Amino acid sequence: MAISADRPVAQEKVLTLQRQKQQDSLAGWLFVGPALLFFSVFTVFPILFGVFLSLFKINVTTFENRTWVGLDNFPKVLGNEDFQVSIWNTARFSFFVVIIQTSLSLLLAVAVNQKIRGRTFFRAAFFFPSISSSVVISIIFLWFFNKFGLLNYALSLIGINGPSWTDDPSAALPAIMSLNIWTTAGTFMVIYLAALQDIPGQLYEAASIDGANGVQKFFRITVPLLTATTYFVVTLGIIGTFQVFDQAFIISGGTGGPQKSTLTIVFYIYQQAFRERNGMGLAAAAAVILFVIIFSLTLLQRRFFKTEQNY
Amino acid sequence: MAVSAKMPAIESSVVNESPLWSRRLVKFGAYALLIGFALVQFIPFVWALSASFKPEIEIQNSLSFPPKLIPQNPTLQNYFDIFTIVPFGTWYLNSFLVAFFTTLLTLFFASTSGYAFARIPFPGRGVVFWAIIGTMAIPAVITLIPTYIVLKSLGLTDTLQGLIIPFMVTAFGIFLMRQFFTSVPVELEEAARVDGAGRIRIFSQVVLPLARPALSALTIFTFMGRWNDFLMPLIIIGKSELFTLPLGMSTFRGQYKTDWNLLMSGSILVMIPIVILYLFFQRFFIEGIATTGLKG
Repeated sequence: MAISADRPVAQEKVLTLQRQKQQDSLAGWLFVGPALLFFSVFTVFPILFGVFLSLFKINVTTFENRTWVGLDNFPKVLGNEDFQVSIWNTARFSFFVVIIQTSLSLLLAVAVNQKIRGRTFFRAAFFFPSISSSVVISIIFLWFFNKFGLLNYALSLIGINGPSWTDDPSAALPAIMSLNIWTTAGTFMVIYLAALQDIPGQLYEAASIDGANGVQKFFRITVPLLTATTYFVVTLGIIGTFQVFDQAFIISGGTGGPQKSTLTIVFYIYQQAFRERNGMGLAAAAAVILFVIIFSLTLLQRRFFKTEQNY
Repeated sequence: MAVSAKMPAIESSVVNESPLWSRRLVKFGAYALLIGFALVQFIPFVWALSASFKPEIEIQNSLSFPPKLIPQNPTLQNYFDIFTIVPFGTWYLNSFLVAFFTTLLTLFFASTSGYAFARIPFPGRGVVFWAIIGTMAIPAVITLIPTYIVLKSLGLTDTLQGLIIPFMVTAFGIFLMRQFFTSVPVELEEAARVDGAGRIRIFSQVVLPLARPALSALTIFTFMGRWNDFLMPLIIIGKSELFTLPLGMSTFRGQYKTDWNLLMSGSILVMIPIVILYLFFQRFFIEGIATTGLKG
């Protein structure tokens, strides 16, 4: 204080800086405050509340009177036959969809990345289904997968008598899988394409000089250099496929059938929470379990890709 | 770039290890794959479009082989009927209101808070920002039941506001805008500040006009997400006059299982706004996915 009294200019500066700092904190919280309030109520609180709810037995109409059941919901839901079926269906769904959509989108990206005509057209065309309503796409596919639909007509031309896809317990889930791959392959292709364009062309030229052929270049240069992207694409794939709901709901007409063959985990959660009288706590527990499954799978494959990266 | 520009000359003279025929084969394979997949992508849409113009009798007839792509007596009747059989116009309006207001509010909240996180140093900034980003790692399904309960206790179930308010502040939006504002040169703001402009004026008159690309991307993703959303309307909306299009189409499909001509005309109508948006803003769609996808 004494020093600054000797130097009024410096003191003035310190004061302005302090005032500036105070103004900044005020302005900062003013800008962020309203958003933060809504975000807390509609995102942060629901996440915490979701875990909390899994510890209760809740009546859907009067969820104010809930009974504390502790961890009882967890063994109960894990032992539930429908839940087990839904896990099995979702796991199969995720496994096939992630593997096929990842490889297909990589192939498509590599193909688009060749010096070919109509690149922008293909990129735009493949991306289109992923921006359309999942409900509408499912309805269109119902028409397409119909017993007398276009698909079965095409199959009949090569002598195959196609099933009534969505009414056949062994065909309904594969039908939803193909619909899902059809929708999302283009999105992931765009992500792969962006990454492909970052690979320096000299690498391929050097490989050509060393006499590598196209296939070798693909597996020795392209695939390894895209490891980070593949990790990302697979992670998004797992998160997305484990939460599949809309397509299963529309294709099965809201039943999860035929014979529970399209009952997915989120479908089970929906049914328990909104169609059973006392299932909300159970559904919340199932949601927590689903979160744990997705989280562990992402960690697991992160490990896998980490070791892969040190080729 | 200079290097690679010179390289091909060397490549073509020295490296004829990968012969012409094999490169042609690769190119042929690429075309075959792309055209094949493009057909697979288009056929269901074209098939739906065709059915939407067919009179009912032709649909019934086409339920036996061989199906005809071109309607024999094309009609617009299905596009009129869907508005009288179900309150399709009301659903359309509801969907539009929900998507429009959510987008407007998202733009406001994401740009103001994104700006503060990028530019205004205030205590707790880092912690709060990363806490918000951290929620992006949590699957949305966790919040399904709690959100329903929150909305129910606020009296927002069976209202359109209930479809807007929970989605108007998103971690994705804040992240997107914050990343953008970080890239705006500070000098611009300092110049304005020397001229005596306050935070709000700097934000609204200097920084925000520059943010058009980011705001466009956010507009597209938010509008599309709300327009297509099915799960939230399904759990909180019960009254038919408050249905959004996906929910309406879902119940319509339940009641009119075999009226494919109507189902298809409805489907086409649902897609039209998104198609228009896509045609105009295609660049932002694809760049948005490529960049935010990779950074997220």
